[in-house]
Amino acid sequence: MDLIDLLFLIAAVLFVAGLKGMARVSTARRGNLLSALGMLLAIVATVVHPGFAPGGAPIGLDWTWLLGGIALGAILGVLLALMVKMTAMPEMVALLNGFGGAASLLVALSAFYGDYLPNAADAPAALSGTHLSILGGHVWMIAVVASILVGAVTLTGSVVAMLKLAEKISGTPVLLPGRHLILGGTFLAVMALSIVAGWFWSGQDAAMLLIVAAILSGILGILAVIPIGGADMPVVVSLLNSYSGIAASTAGFVMNNPLLITAGALVGASGIILSQIMCKAMNRSLMNVLVGGFGGAAPAAGGGKSEYVGVKSTSPEEAAMILADASSVIFVPGYGMAVAQAQHVVKELSKTLEKRGAQVRYAIHPVAGRMPGHMNVLLAEADVPYDQLVEMDLINGDFKNTDVVVVIGANDVVNPAAIEDPQSPIAGMPILNAHEARTVLVVKRSLSPGYAGIKNPLFERDNALMCFGDGKAFLEEVLKELKAG
Amino acid sequence: MLFLLLFVFLLAIVAGFELITKVPPTLHTPLMSGSNAISGITLLAAIACAQAGYGPAAKIMGFIAIVLATINVVGGFVVTDRMMQMFKKKK
Repeated sequence: MDLIDLLFLIAAVLFVAGLKGMARVSTARRGNLLSALGMLLAIVATVVHPGFAPGGAPIGLDWTWLLGGIALGAILGVLLALMVKMTAMPEMVALLNGFGGAASLLVALSAFYGDYLPNAADAPAALSGTHLSILGGHVWMIAVVASILVGAVTLTGSVVAMLKLAEKISGTPVLLPGRHLILGGTFLAVMALSIVAGWFWSGQDAAMLLIVAAILSGILGILAVIPIGGADMPVVVSLLNSYSGIAASTAGFVMNNPLLITAGALVGASGIILSQIMCKAMNRSLMNVLVGGFGGAAPAAGGGKSEYVGVKSTSPEEAAMILADASSVIFVPGYGMAVAQAQHVVKELSKTLEKRGAQVRYAIHPVAGRMPGHMNVLLAEADVPYDQLVEMDLINGDFKNTDVVVVIGANDVVNPAAIEDPQSPIAGMPILNAHEARTVLVVKRSLSPGYAGIKNPLFERDNALMCFGDGKAFLEEVLKELKAG
Repeated sequence: MLFLLLFVFLLAIVAGFELITKVPPTLHTPLMSGSNAISGITLLAAIACAQAGYGPAAKIMGFIAIVLATINVVGGFVVTDRMMQMFKKKK
């Protein structure tokens, strides 16, 4: 066993230990650092290992370019990581994902250009083995094609997902006529081009075909994501995270590197599990999400039902009085709270209520925010103790014994239509039973629908009071009244 | 060799499923950004490409791959640490 193999083994163990650490809040930070250490070890080993290029090819050690590239990437990475707002985490993950996919795509193309082209007079069928891989020509070529396909789809899919999340492009599903045929056709075209390039053509012609296949794969990524509504982007990002892992794995097959295969597979599995957890939280299947069309198209199906009748609204003064009398309060935060930057005033409000002797908790829906666990991060940023954050299943039974529920910037996750109206597009989606509380204060700008684009009958309930206005401004008023009274 | 690599691949998938299922929802966002950083492991392949004495076209692609993969790795780990720090300070 070479030293580099040993170092790779240690790195793989550190990745596994790091992910294991992620299972608990108390060990999660150390877990992340362990993974980072594993990565550092693997990078250093790869950079300094003499004669790494297999097949005895002369090592073109361009130290300036090599270290320059790493330094440039590291600086940009740190800047991105320190500057990004916590509300924009899903976009950040999507962007980084895209970079990872792009890197795997480029690795496959680079290996094809550099390793295969100069060495192959014929199609890979004639090759008993390439320089970079001892897998044999055919299998190696499959790995190259897979890296190109998955890498390119990850790149463009992530960019579209990021733009949708950042609302740079509309989150409304773009439904082209015959889109499934177009998607399938594009995929078949990629496969056909790859087969011709890998098995029948050779030299520059084959390389050109692969480039075309890469471009088509990129288009495939765009086509796959545009029909999916903005509300489903977190699932898409998580799935693309999985793809970026798979792309790294296939790049590992291309370069004959077991650490890439291991780490990529770990990430591939993690992304798929998270996607499934998210789908379950929305009571939808992964397939249903990926087919697209959900969200934005729904209001048409809802017909004229979006009119509200008998909605009661209230003022900050009255809301403060109601809260002053409450002995138990549950906050239901949604993404709207983060957009209004209201999490700090929410925290102040909860502290004041606690001082008055009320029990204060936060109910966290699994898909609150724009990705799972996003709300926890946003509240942690505002210094809310994480033991006050209670998951849906644990708190749902408590709503009926709760005096006041304050819904801030959340909508679909407290929509009782999910349990009461079998015709509703979100029927069956698990929700927080906020409507069971004695009083529900809904802090919201207007009666406009939430991300899923449907009406929320909670607003018409007798126990619901709408607090119209900017979440932060309204709650600041409430806080002022409460402190004065 | 192919069998061995496939074996490693499958084993790692099983390990991934086992590890991730145990992570509580509270930590799903940092988990996603953290595992995302690990997928930047493709950086090793990019380094190998840039080092392998390839021609200019392959080398340029290798260089761009290095930059992008490093952003993925460093950005992912740093932003995850930033989140974990916020979870930590309340204890």
